[in-house]
Amino acid sequence: MDLALIVLLQIVTSIAMLALISLGLAVIFGMMRVINLAHGEFLMLGAYAAILATGHGVNLWVSMLLVAPVSVAIVGVVVERLIIRRLYGRMIDTMLATWGLSLALIGLVTMILGNTNTGFSAPLGSIAIGGFRMSGYELFLILFTAVLLAVVFVVFRFTRLGLIARGTMQNPDMAAALGIAPSTVYAVTFAVGAALSGLAGALIAPLAGVVPTMGTAYIAKAFITVITGGAAILAGTISASGLLGAVNTLGSFLATPVLGEVALLAAAIVLLRLLPRGITGRFLKGSL
Amino acid sequence: MNAALKTTWGPIALAALAALAVCWFLPATLELFALINATVFVSMAILALSLALVWGYGGILCFGQAAFFGLGGYTYAVAAINFGDTTGAVPLAILVPAGFALLLGYFLFYGRISDVYLGVITLTVTLILFKFINSTASDIWTIGTAPLGGFNGIPMTPPLNFPGDMTAMLMPDQIFVLAVIGLFLCYAIAKLILASHFGRVVVAVKENELRAELLGYDVRLYKLIIFTVGGAMAGLAGMFFANCVFVSPTMFSLSYSGQIIIWVIVGGLGTLVGPVIGCILLQMLTNWAGTLEVIDPNLVLGAILVIAVLLLPKGLLPTITGLIRRGDRS
Repeated sequence: MDLALIVLLQIVTSIAMLALISLGLAVIFGMMRVINLAHGEFLMLGAYAAILATGHGVNLWVSMLLVAPVSVAIVGVVVERLIIRRLYGRMIDTMLATWGLSLALIGLVTMILGNTNTGFSAPLGSIAIGGFRMSGYELFLILFTAVLLAVVFVVFRFTRLGLIARGTMQNPDMAAALGIAPSTVYAVTFAVGAALSGLAGALIAPLAGVVPTMGTAYIAKAFITVITGGAAILAGTISASGLLGAVNTLGSFLATPVLGEVALLAAAIVLLRLLPRGITGRFLKGSL
Repeated sequence: MNAALKTTWGPIALAALAALAVCWFLPATLELFALINATVFVSMAILALSLALVWGYGGILCFGQAAFFGLGGYTYAVAAINFGDTTGAVPLAILVPAGFALLLGYFLFYGRISDVYLGVITLTVTLILFKFINSTASDIWTIGTAPLGGFNGIPMTPPLNFPGDMTAMLMPDQIFVLAVIGLFLCYAIAKLILASHFGRVVVAVKENELRAELLGYDVRLYKLIIFTVGGAMAGLAGMFFANCVFVSPTMFSLSYSGQIIIWVIVGGLGTLVGPVIGCILLQMLTNWAGTLEVIDPNLVLGAILVIAVLLLPKGLLPTITGLIRRGDRS
C-alpha cells in the first residue's frame, strides 16, 4: 500500500517535472511557432541565476521564484531583439540560430563560471509515508506546477493581456489593424516563455546537478513533450507530460532509469506515428 | 545517357584528381600526428557530405546524423573485436546504420512527420542513444567479447587490416588514403544518384512535395531511400573516425550533431562540395580555438552558426560563386 502510494507520487512528480520544464517552450512554440533550441540553456541560466543570488545572501525562495525568472526574461528580450525578430516565419533558420545560441551560451557560461558541478540542497526536509520517506521539496514541486499551470490558464483565458496574445496568435494582421503591435506582443510572449524556463531551471536545480551543459539533458524531454502535446499550449503540455511522465517512471521503476527514458522516447515516436499533429491535433481541439 | 549524367562526369573527374593530389601530397609532407588528424578531418567530411545529400537535396533536416556516425563506429569496433579481423566489420559498419536509418525513417516518413518535428525526433533519438551508451559501463553490457565500456568507450578499437589477413595492420598513411578514397566514392555516388532519375525525383520532392505526389511519385519511399543512403555514408564516416581515434559516447553527442549542421549551413546548403569545405575549414578553426585558453570553442562555434544564419543564409560556397558570377557579368 505504502509502496503503491510512493510509486504514484513518483509518477506525479515526474509528470510535474516534465510539465514544468516544457511550459516555457510550449508557450513560445504554441504562440509564436518558434522552436527555441536554446530552451535548455534558458533552464541552465535560471539555475545559475538562483545559485548566484543565494551565494550573494539573497533568500533561497526569493532567488528561485523571483530572481531566476526575471533575469532569464531579460536575456529572452535581448535574444528576441537580436536574433529571433529577424527570422520570423523561417522556422528552420530560427531553429539553427537558437541552436547556435545554445552552444554559445554553454561556452560563455563555461568560460565565466567554469565547468564544475554546483547546486544547492533541496529545502523542506522529508516526509514519512509509512515505511518510506519522500522529499518534501518534490511535493512542493507538484503543488507549485499545478498552481503555475492554473495561473497561465487564467492569464490567457480571462485577462485582457491573454486576449491580445491569443488574438495575435490567431491573426497578426487583424490584431495590427485593431491597433496592437504584433512585434511587441511577440517580444512579451518570448520574454514570458523565457521567464517560465528560468523559473523551471531554478526549481529543478536542487534535484539536478547544475553544470553549463545541464540544458542538453532536459531539452530533448521538453521537446518531445511539446511536440507530442501538439499546438494547444496547456492542454498539450498537460496531456503529453501526463502520458510520457507515467511511461518514464513506470519504465524506471520496472527496469532502469535509462530504459525509462528509452520507453519515453519510444512512446513518443509511436504516438507521433499515430497522431502526427500531436495529441491536441486530434483530441481537445481548440483548447488553450 | 541523359544530359544531367553527362555534366556529372566533369566534377567527378575533378574530385578524383583532387583526391589523387591529396593522397600523393599529404602523407609525404605531414607528420604522423597531423596525418591522423587529417584522417579525422576526412571522416568528418564524409559525415558532412552525408548530411549535404540528405538535407541539401532531400530536404530532410536530420538533427541526428551523429546517431548513424556513432552507430557506424560502435558497430565497427564491436565487430572487429569479435571477429578479430576487420574485413567483415567494415560492411557491417555501413549496413547497421543504414538499417537503423531505414527503421527510423519508416516511422518518420510513413508517419508523415513534417520537417521540424522530424528534426526534433532525430535529435531525441541521438540523445537517447548517447545516454544509453553512456550507461553501459557495467560488465553486463558486452556484445560477444566486446565490452561497450560506457562513458569510456572502447579504447582498444582495432585499426583496419588488409582484407582477409588479420595480421597485416594498415599504417596510418594507408588509412588516410583509404579515407580519402571513401570520401571520393561517397561524392561520386552522391553525384551519380543526383543525376539519375531517382535523384531528380528526390530534388523534386524537396522543391514541392505536394506537386511530386500529384505527379504520381510515392514521396515517402523516395525520402526513405535517400535517408538510408545518408545513414550508410555517416556509418562509413564513423568507421574511419573509429580507426583514427577510438569509439566513445561523444560520437553521439549533441555537439557532433550540431557541428554537422553548422558545416552544411556554413559551407552552403544545396551543394555537395560546400559542406566538405565548410567542414574542413571549421574543423581547423575549432582546433585552433581549442588551443586558446580564454575562449571556449563552443562559444566560437555557436557564434559562427548564429552569424551564418543571419548574414549568410545561403552559405559560403553559393555566396562566393554568386559573387564571381556577378563579377563575370559586369
